[in-house]
Amino acid sequence: MNGRLASLVLAALVLAGPAWAQNPPEPYVIGGIFSITGPASYLGEPERNTLQMLVSEYNAKGGIKGRPLKVVIYDDEGDVTKARLHAEKLIQKDKALAIIGPSLTHTSMAVLPITQKARVPLISCAAGIEITHPAAERQWVFKTAQTDAMAVNRIYQYLKKHNLSQVAILTVSTGFGVSGRKQLTEQAPQFGIKVVADEVFGEKDTDMTPQLTKIRNTPAQAVICWGTGPAPAIVAKNLKQLGMKIPLIQSHGAASKKFIELAGDAGEGILLPAGKLVIYPSLPDADPQKAVLARYDEAYRRAFNAPASSFGGYAYDAMKILAQALEQAGPDPDKLRAAIENTKNYVGVSGVFNMSPEDHNGLSPEAFVMVKIDKGEFKLAE
Amino acid sequence: MWGRGRGLAAPAPSPAGVHDTVETLAALFQYLISGLTNGAIYALIALGFGIIFNATHIINFAQGEFVMLGALMAISLYQAVPWLPAAFVGATLAVTLLGLVFERLALRPVRDRSPLTLIIITVGGAVLLKGLAMLWWGKEAYNLPPFSGAQPLHLGPATLLPQNLWVLGVAALLLAGLEAFFRLTLTGKAMRACAYNPVAARLVGIPAARMVQLSFALSAALGAAGGILIAPLTLGVYDMGTMLGLKGFSAAILGGLGSSLGGVLGGLLLGVAESLASGLISSGYRDAVAFFILLVVLFVRPQGLLGGKP
Repeated sequence: MNGRLASLVLAALVLAGPAWAQNPPEPYVIGGIFSITGPASYLGEPERNTLQMLVSEYNAKGGIKGRPLKVVIYDDEGDVTKARLHAEKLIQKDKALAIIGPSLTHTSMAVLPITQKARVPLISCAAGIEITHPAAERQWVFKTAQTDAMAVNRIYQYLKKHNLSQVAILTVSTGFGVSGRKQLTEQAPQFGIKVVADEVFGEKDTDMTPQLTKIRNTPAQAVICWGTGPAPAIVAKNLKQLGMKIPLIQSHGAASKKFIELAGDAGEGILLPAGKLVIYPSLPDADPQKAVLARYDEAYRRAFNAPASSFGGYAYDAMKILAQALEQAGPDPDKLRAAIENTKNYVGVSGVFNMSPEDHNGLSPEAFVMVKIDKGEFKLAE
Repeated sequence: MWGRGRGLAAPAPSPAGVHDTVETLAALFQYLISGLTNGAIYALIALGFGIIFNATHIINFAQGEFVMLGALMAISLYQAVPWLPAAFVGATLAVTLLGLVFERLALRPVRDRSPLTLIIITVGGAVLLKGLAMLWWGKEAYNLPPFSGAQPLHLGPATLLPQNLWVLGVAALLLAGLEAFFRLTLTGKAMRACAYNPVAARLVGIPAARMVQLSFALSAALGAAGGILIAPLTLGVYDMGTMLGLKGFSAAILGGLGSSLGGVLGGLLLGVAESLASGLISSGYRDAVAFFILLVVLFVRPQGLLGGKP
């Protein structure tokens, strides 16, 4: 009898428990879609790591507005269909407040109609300018990566300053190169620059001497190469092989240690626009980004035993901007969206962000600096 | 005055014209050098196809993967022991061994099947080798330092790297050595006998199975050497073999499958044609040229330039 009473009391206590025990607050759910495996894993992996690292930092400090953060991350493998499925799942099942990612331009373009319709803020980590343009139609879409238009702008500023007005462009035939080629040819007249040779190469080509031989026979004063992966390093080697002395300028797609390693001796003296992360120790102390970059790099090294990459920086900025907006406006979707759109003077890894209803990226060409490869290291060129 | 005036004016455009011609010739010469360098590698791969075809009447589509493995193994060995000759020899031996293992494990158990079955097996082998290389080395590209310096040499109006000379020189040596082996040694003659008439060769006591093994070892070694030679120019990456294999195959068909001289000629012609096409027409057509030539040859002269009866 006694036993039964005791168990009844116990059962009642267990059932009633949540009612009077300190009710743990509902977490804010933040979704992530990254290309963690597949050909773009070099983007997705640091992005996922960074997002997880930041979320545990926030939770260690007691969350946002007293509520913990919960992050749900899916891998789209660079696949458009998977990215769409994951976006649906994050919205329907996980009830995500906002989504960070995807990592690539085409996956972002595939996901944004879904998030737009569901009125969930999406902060993409991809570079394509069309993701947030025009912003009036892309109310719920933001992005933190610099666009190639800014990289081109930065290169042309540099060339103009050094009185180099005739350039040869050599672009890869993938989406990255096609978009770069468009920007390079469209922006040239604004800077009084003339494109005197326009050559293309395949992503997997292993010999660009024919294209460079053609360029050698033009009055070009500099060569601008737009590509990712090993091909830009081969261009550097071929240029050296042909004994060409004019400066070689690479795109931000070559702004990695791997490029320096692949190009070897041929990499010396190459110029390229890069996010400030690769050269932050040599930035002047007055640069507002220096402290942010140092903090990010050190935290990333501590957590993952690897140097931080600018790709991870896209997720870093996305999460920080989102957290700032959440802090201000709370979880109401409309207020949250407006708060993200009003982000002003946020000093991040990729630059200083000033968003507006017309600009859902908020960066300026100053987000890039021109760097030069000197003795196997990136150095500030100016 | 008229005549004099014209006389003075007439030569004026000519220096520019001469200058243009010199520049065009210089460019052509440069395309030729690039083309010959790539062509020498295609020739080595084409010979690998030919040797195995002669011994077994199959096309070994894993030939390109031997090239990739040669390049990547040499890079790994060089990272462990930074001495190029050791890396070259070590990687070539390792890939040769792998060629033998490939023949033993994948092809010998089914060697009495139709050539088609065996060819499909080599395609599978190629996919497997590429996948294993991706797991082992990852998707990144790796650099091998040039054999002797990176200072370009000036050869008339054109420039080339010492590595271009290494590629051409070592490839020529390998080809000459191979030809001497087939013509002068008993083993080489036995291999040729198997190629001409396997049944008769077996009847006079030539161990045909051993010759097949040897053919795989030889073509793996040739492929690996090609990969190591080209790695300082093109970098080494896990998926470099597929395209090189197809180009080598096109070269072999162009020259005449099974003919050594044909393979060399086919390789060099293909390399130069590609380079001229990307220089003079558009770089986008570079790969198309190889396959266009392959199709034309198959339609017009299926036995290839120097092949025997179709």
